[in-house]
Amino acid sequence: MSEELIGAVYIVSAILFVFGLKLLGSPATAVRGNQLSTLGMLVAVVVTLGSTDIIDYRWIAIAAALGAVVGIVAAQRVAMTGMPEMVALFNGSGGLASLLVGWAALGMEGAEGDSQSAFTIITVLLSILIGGVTFSGSLVAWAKLSETMPSGAISFPGQQFVSLILLVATIGCGAAMLAQPDAGTAMLVYAVIALSVLLGVMAVIPIGGADMPVVISLLNSYSGLAACAAGLAINNTILIVAGALVGAAGIILTNIMCKAMNRSLSNVLFSGFTASKSAA
Amino acid sequence: MEMVFLGFVLMLSIFLGFELISKVPATLHTPLMSGANAISGITVVGAITLAGGELAGWATLLAAMAVFFATVNVVGGYMVTDRMLSMFKKKDKPEARS
Repeated sequence: MSEELIGAVYIVSAILFVFGLKLLGSPATAVRGNQLSTLGMLVAVVVTLGSTDIIDYRWIAIAAALGAVVGIVAAQRVAMTGMPEMVALFNGSGGLASLLVGWAALGMEGAEGDSQSAFTIITVLLSILIGGVTFSGSLVAWAKLSETMPSGAISFPGQQFVSLILLVATIGCGAAMLAQPDAGTAMLVYAVIALSVLLGVMAVIPIGGADMPVVISLLNSYSGLAACAAGLAINNTILIVAGALVGAAGIILTNIMCKAMNRSLSNVLFSGFTASKSAA
Repeated sequence: MEMVFLGFVLMLSIFLGFELISKVPATLHTPLMSGANAISGITVVGAITLAGGELAGWATLLAAMAVFFATVNVVGGYMVTDRMLSMFKKKDKPEARS
């Protein structure tokens, strides 16, 4: 299939996502909304499989089959009360996927055939950073909800300072990669991955278990942004559109959820610190 | 030019996303979150293009892993959302009709 045709079908798929999200917001139409959005995803995947760029289907078939089995079994086995945990796990899985797509995009040839453009490197770094934070943050949220780890807020002195240092180190690694795209890239990529995973853990551990639904909603928004960044890195419009939609809608939903608890988002995100301060 | 075009697409999508969600009843918070989460599994499309393309071995392996994780997200996400909504529909059917 030509690229124009695929692009046109991506537009249809984007329309389905938009209507799907819209209808999901109202009780009478929510079921249809989810079906429309599922159809949008199916259409996007099928048309992508028809692309002439794809020359080898073996890996795709194996990975997709395994993923579908795991997804189906997990979705059917989970108890209704365990839904938020399950969503957190799925969300982490999506974040990890965006991280891997960004990482694999480094294996693409640049426009001139040799090194990557600055635009590609920045977007790859963003998808790794946001994807990594989503992945580990979601895992911590899952662990707190399922009480695999203590569900209370975990904080230690200087925690925000440590997070800041991690963030600065991540930006430093990114800048180093931009300065010399060919030298020592692999080590820097590993460093960025490790730092972003750590950042995700640091962001979620100071938040108490009762606030996890809000955190999962926020991380859901992040996973959309990670997909969006991955789309910019590999030049894929449907990833950009759908990712940005989820990113923006997720932020709004997070805000609505906070308001329903009569709290502000910053109160939820940083309450662990104030609690530890008053305790000390 | 390409970058400007992608920038426009990105900007408009973000504004659209902001406008899409307005008043949502509390019972729909979790299903909506789960449904949006399934959409963010769209990264599976990018993973498929990379896993099937002409990349070095290591990149193909990473992309194949991405296909796996994104498929878990998509398939599981949509199914879980559907399960939640089916519970919800039974309970609130008279209300939904009015």
